[in-house]
Amino acid sequence: MSDALHISEKALPGGLDIGGVRADFPILQRSIHGKPLVYLDNAASSQMPQQVIDRLVHYQTHEHANVHRGVHTLSQLATTEYENARHKVMNFIGAADAREIIFVRGTTEGINLVMHGYGRAFLKEGDEIILSAMEHHANIVPWQMLRDEKKVVLRIIPMDDTGELLLDEYEKLFNARTKLVAITHVSNALGTINPVREMIATARQHGVPVLLDGAQAAPHLPVNVQDLDCDFYVFSSHKMCGPTGVGILYGKAALLEKMQPYQGGGDMILNVTFERTTYNEIPYKFEAGTPAIAAGIGLGSAIDYITGIGLERIAAHEHALLNYATEAVRDIKGLRIIGTARHKAAVLSFTLDEIHPHDIGTILDHQGIAVRAGHHCAQPVMQRFGVAATARASFAFYNTFEEVDALVAGIHTVQKVFA
Amino acid sequence: MDPRELYQEMILEHNKKPRNFGVIAEANRHAEGHNPVCGDHITLHLHLEGEQIQGVSFEGHSCAICKASASMMTAQVKGKTVAEAETLIQEFRDMVTGKLDTKTQPHHLGRLTVLAGVSELPSRVKCAVLPWHTLHSAFVAQETASTEKEF
Repeated sequence: MSDALHISEKALPGGLDIGGVRADFPILQRSIHGKPLVYLDNAASSQMPQQVIDRLVHYQTHEHANVHRGVHTLSQLATTEYENARHKVMNFIGAADAREIIFVRGTTEGINLVMHGYGRAFLKEGDEIILSAMEHHANIVPWQMLRDEKKVVLRIIPMDDTGELLLDEYEKLFNARTKLVAITHVSNALGTINPVREMIATARQHGVPVLLDGAQAAPHLPVNVQDLDCDFYVFSSHKMCGPTGVGILYGKAALLEKMQPYQGGGDMILNVTFERTTYNEIPYKFEAGTPAIAAGIGLGSAIDYITGIGLERIAAHEHALLNYATEAVRDIKGLRIIGTARHKAAVLSFTLDEIHPHDIGTILDHQGIAVRAGHHCAQPVMQRFGVAATARASFAFYNTFEEVDALVAGIHTVQKVFA
Repeated sequence: MDPRELYQEMILEHNKKPRNFGVIAEANRHAEGHNPVCGDHITLHLHLEGEQIQGVSFEGHSCAICKASASMMTAQVKGKTVAEAETLIQEFRDMVTGKLDTKTQPHHLGRLTVLAGVSELPSRVKCAVLPWHTLHSAFVAQETASTEKEF
């Protein structure tokens, strides 16, 4: 079976054929509480097109065996397809070498791998790591664990009231002890697109490697790791129309080769005796145990799907949705948008009068509208803006302007209930 | 379920004008209830004389379900004994977790049954139960409570 796309050709090259795209996503046809589903929780997890679902079914039906092990046909086939997916990821993010693409469980595991393989191996007491004030807990907690273990110091780039990082302050954080910068490319709670190219250039002047958390960026804007010149880039399959359970750590080969393995086990070794073990080459050195094979192949299929539409086209459509939504909610009395950076991905985080976001989320859900309510695993961001939680609508390329209208109507209903 | 079935007039009214909201000077027990994932955070102040609840109040930030639950709870338990209040705590927990059908089974919950609809919203059960859990903590002199792990 090929991964060929049947995205309607009439959409190319101009805008998005939204009807054709939506027809690819079976879940978008269902209803919730008797209302058509309006799925606006894409920053938490995106939905899966039929092409990817079919790919998973095809793999399990015709191709499954363990990878990198057997000489039999199915094992060869599974290995080929799995390694094809690795190449698709390489091309998707513009990496130079497939050996730089490590399959992990998700963004969180990717960051933990770098903490363990790079941080624990090379950082010493008094060394410093620069994080930003808008990080997801996944890019805070691993470094705190390292801080407690190695007595390293965490320095935090502050942000302004719009949710933009203060670059002057960032530059001031560097000194001879700075050993790593770990920042998000796009904020999950605020939508801010950080000027990472500029920030990496600054780090480069100080000879400091940079890890980018790309979980919210990879599905929504074109990413080229060589062009950015980042040292590590991590992202998750399930936020870009792929299955859960797989994510990617990109790392520059020279760094990965120096790093210590993250987990021990099968697949990551060349030779094992009870005296000593020789580790496998990268990327396998970091891939102990049987991986999520179907999920990895599914991610490859999701990349085919997304690149078939085109990330420029996706970004343009989502940007139009964000602008439309931002304008539409501006007139809602009592609504405060949290995160108003100049460069934003399609994330609309907001509070509404004194109404708790969980009440907003419950009432919207009963109108079929799925949003996230809570602290978005970014409690320091909530503290920075003086709120306990926000409601967050996050858009994908399969969302429509009509769905934005439904959200606005839904917010009015919330206000009516609490009037 | 229509959201209006959950967000009934009485709940909204208690949310808007919570009873026993604030600090009571005579309080001799205090407990904090916190569900960090959703952000509900309340402090309960209790004035116990022997086994008698002389006064009870709460303050903090929470969703409407939690606040209405706390407001109605304080109104209900004031003047009762600790044992009577513990019975209510158990019955309330059973109601919102679907173990007690207040329409067919005996109970002492009175108007608190307006919160029975929470049992159909698993993600909100912890909001409704937090004040009750916090009250129990105050009885047994624990300083903090959370209901996120349990429900």
